[in-house]
Amino acid sequence: MTTVRVAGVGLTHFGVHPDRTARDLFAAAGLAALADAGVPRADVEALYYGNFIGELAEHQGHQGPLMAEAVGVHAPASRFENACASGGTAVRQAVLALRSGAADVVLVGGGERMNNLGTAAATGALATAADDLYEVRAGVTFPGAYALMARAYFAGLGGDREDLAHVAVKNHANAVPNEYAQFRREVTVEDVLGSPLLADPLSIYDACPLTDGAAALVLVSDDYADEHDVEAPVAITGSGQGGDSLALQDRASLLATPAAERAAAAAYADAGITADDVAVAEVHDCFTIAEVMAVESLGFFEPGEGIGAARRGETTRDGRIPVNLSGGLKAKGHPVGATGVSQVVEMTRLLRGDHPNSDAVDGTTGVTHNAGGTGATAFVHVLEAVA
Amino acid sequence: MTDDAAVRDDGFDDLLDALADGEGYYLACPAGHGSLPPRRVCPVCGDADLTREALPETGTVETFTVVRVAAPPFADDVPYVTAIVDLGPVRLTGVLRDVEPDAVAVGDEVTPTIAAAETTGDRLVAFEPA
Repeated sequence: MTTVRVAGVGLTHFGVHPDRTARDLFAAAGLAALADAGVPRADVEALYYGNFIGELAEHQGHQGPLMAEAVGVHAPASRFENACASGGTAVRQAVLALRSGAADVVLVGGGERMNNLGTAAATGALATAADDLYEVRAGVTFPGAYALMARAYFAGLGGDREDLAHVAVKNHANAVPNEYAQFRREVTVEDVLGSPLLADPLSIYDACPLTDGAAALVLVSDDYADEHDVEAPVAITGSGQGGDSLALQDRASLLATPAAERAAAAAYADAGITADDVAVAEVHDCFTIAEVMAVESLGFFEPGEGIGAARRGETTRDGRIPVNLSGGLKAKGHPVGATGVSQVVEMTRLLRGDHPNSDAVDGTTGVTHNAGGTGATAFVHVLEAVA
Repeated sequence: MTDDAAVRDDGFDDLLDALADGEGYYLACPAGHGSLPPRRVCPVCGDADLTREALPETGTVETFTVVRVAAPPFADDVPYVTAIVDLGPVRLTGVLRDVEPDAVAVGDEVTPTIAAAETTGDRLVAFEPA
């Protein structure tokens, strides 16, 4: 079977860029990825692009061809929407296309413009990831939904706000050397606990920011890399997707993310690894509690043990499994449609050694975990340094 | 979300009508899985033989949050308490009314009903202390 290799990666700065269009953000990231890969744009056979709220933020649907045009690529282009997992969807579809032999070079992208909406409108736009009838109309916001999960976790498995604060502290510390990150400053547990509540028990510092930005990958088949002498030292060796009921009220459990468990099981089987083989992870920490549930779903910690992982130093840069060395969504930022792609970009940089935090990686296998909404959609990808 | 409040969402609005009359219901399949309308099949097992069953009059708060930053349709409602209530065969998500936010606890017993959002006047699923 074809092995999928990462030939090139590109990112924009993640931050507050309300006056930059998504097409311009993606053009910057896509052109950077093509330049990093050294692959001619004429060789690109498909563009897969992830975006969530373009209709609301920019009044823009039909983004596939728009984004292809933005990077001068004349190839069939499609946009995928799976809420906050839109980027992960694009990555997985590209992996499947390469493995099927349908293409040898795929440009994968994701982007989001959010800050032009302002906080209130962006909050409303993000809530469309939830069930409109049974959640949004009852006042459920995105932070509110994760707050419901956090309280259920506290009640069922233990933990408290201070445990969650350590996740924010860790991810902020990791973002400091990352030139692409939105928040390159450390915060303290006291800062987090003292920040205004968004939805009890989650405060502003438990939440990722609103971010404008884009990410891109050039993925190639191993045959293409060999024939064209493309340097592509990292492979995507496993891909898995899991699903669940859209509304929290219809889930089997409110204190875990079964879709991510299913995605992880599928991705690990696909790559022929177990959780014990994973040296480093980039997980979907849209809220601090989301990282807790992610590290449990990925099999790094037993249920109830993930909440204290950051506090115990097990997921910090010196811990047994560093999580979110990029800064995560929490500190690097979360331009929603870009995130699932950006995680693969960061993991590639971490494994190939050109990330400012690469020195914290002790091993050759990493995973990325991208979740949609409150976890009704989840993607896990396994990346390995192969050369 | 539709801009025209006069346009109904069949199934969902029927349930809200029933809740307003104190006659809430859920859908049950022969295997006993509960679900909420509109449904053509049981989301768990796919069985199309769904019957209406009366919702229990009370349920317990499984989890809740006090929302302090809201989307525009709830801008004037903050702070408000959103809860997921376990009614046995189904859970229901709604706003807790007639409670002090600081006094709410997991396990509280509540009754499902209908209330109006303060910002828009739109009706929504709500709970009152049992």
